[in-house]
Amino acid sequence: MKTAGILLAIVVTLALQTTLSRFIMGGMVGIDLVLVVVVYAALTSGAVTGLLSGAAAGLAQDALASGVIGIGGLAKTVVGFLAGIVGTQLIVVQPIPRFVVFFGATVLHALIFMGLYVLLDVRQFGTPYGAVAGQALGNAVIGVVAFQLVELLPGAVARRRAQKARIRR
Amino acid sequence: MALLDIRYRAGSLFVAVVVGQIILISAQVSSRRGVPILEAVTFGAFAEVQRAIFTGVSGVRRGWDGYVALRRAKDENESLRRQLAAAQIDLQRQRALADRSRGFERLLELRDQSTLTTVAAEIIAAGAMPDFRTVTIDKGANDGVKRDMAVIAPAGVVGRVVIPSRRAAKVQLLIDRNAAAGAIVERSRAQGVVTGGGDERLRMEFVSEAADIVVGDVIMTSGNDGIFPKGFVIGHVETVEKNGPAYKRILVKPDVDFRALEEVLVVIAPASGRDAAGSTE
Repeated sequence: MKTAGILLAIVVTLALQTTLSRFIMGGMVGIDLVLVVVVYAALTSGAVTGLLSGAAAGLAQDALASGVIGIGGLAKTVVGFLAGIVGTQLIVVQPIPRFVVFFGATVLHALIFMGLYVLLDVRQFGTPYGAVAGQALGNAVIGVVAFQLVELLPGAVARRRAQKARIRR
Repeated sequence: MALLDIRYRAGSLFVAVVVGQIILISAQVSSRRGVPILEAVTFGAFAEVQRAIFTGVSGVRRGWDGYVALRRAKDENESLRRQLAAAQIDLQRQRALADRSRGFERLLELRDQSTLTTVAAEIIAAGAMPDFRTVTIDKGANDGVKRDMAVIAPAGVVGRVVIPSRRAAKVQLLIDRNAAAGAIVERSRAQGVVTGGGDERLRMEFVSEAADIVVGDVIMTSGNDGIFPKGFVIGHVETVEKNGPAYKRILVKPDVDFRALEEVLVVIAPASGRDAAGSTE
């Protein structure tokens, strides 16, 4: 059930990244929503889920992106695995530690992804420091907001229901 | 002990997945001929998902824009946009024709290269990764779209088809890091190669230090690459700097607004005889 949920989240995020982002953000955003889902899954479910969801999501993205199939998969596998270890070994429940994990995961992903492309002489990236920093910042903000929403939303709904019940009485 | 087992299993799994993917990468890098089958199949299947989502979203959007929000203004605007696009395409054709008529050699070329046959396509999705500047269009092999066909817009060159599936195609934008096009400066006829940089600007490379290029010059396709038809606008020169003793470093601002692209034309046939009229579906 959990696996199906994560797979569904990856497919929905891929669709969001490729389709709806055009309508919402102009289609050229430097944010990797799929990476956010992989890190989220790793932090909440552990290293095995992180590496498997990273591999699946990365391979799907590679296949859709005209690049070498496996490079994005490998980068997301490593990031998912390490994020999962961080999630199980350290206490990552506050927004700032989560921000740091998402930010670091994006930088590591960019390092592996771009490094492999440059190493294999398939693609050059020039000096992408600004772009990577921007993407890391965007991913971190979205990741932290997603965590807050998932954690706060059920509580807020329950409080609202309780408030309504009190008013009726 | 149980914790150790989980760690051991996770570690083994991690190694297996990483090794599997390294083998996958190695296989592709050592034999990169054409489009990998996995890529083509995945793209073809996912293009249908993208098409379905796009159809749903654009239906709601059109419903809102066309009927609820701005019924009359929307119709009028669309009509004007079509007219403007047709006029811009015409202008580009005229520019291409004028360019070709400059010399006897070009007059000879005119016999074979005077018009374009294009098919109109709508962009239904953006790239799956921020590092790859690609879009998906709603026309594919069924509409005559093939690999390496040029894609243009009324404002200028957009890119080339990299993967055509049955009912959709992936287009590599000219601003992608791996994209390039043969280019010529309209005013001075200096030639070079325009390449993407992954951002919103293009670089014109291999232009001699002695070449006459100034800020504001129009950069057009030279037709030397065999993909893009000759005489189509790429952009305007933004900066010109010295790049070593032999070459200039030129930054080009593309005329096409890649963030706002919605419709494009795929060049199905680059030329169709001297007297044939260009057809735009």
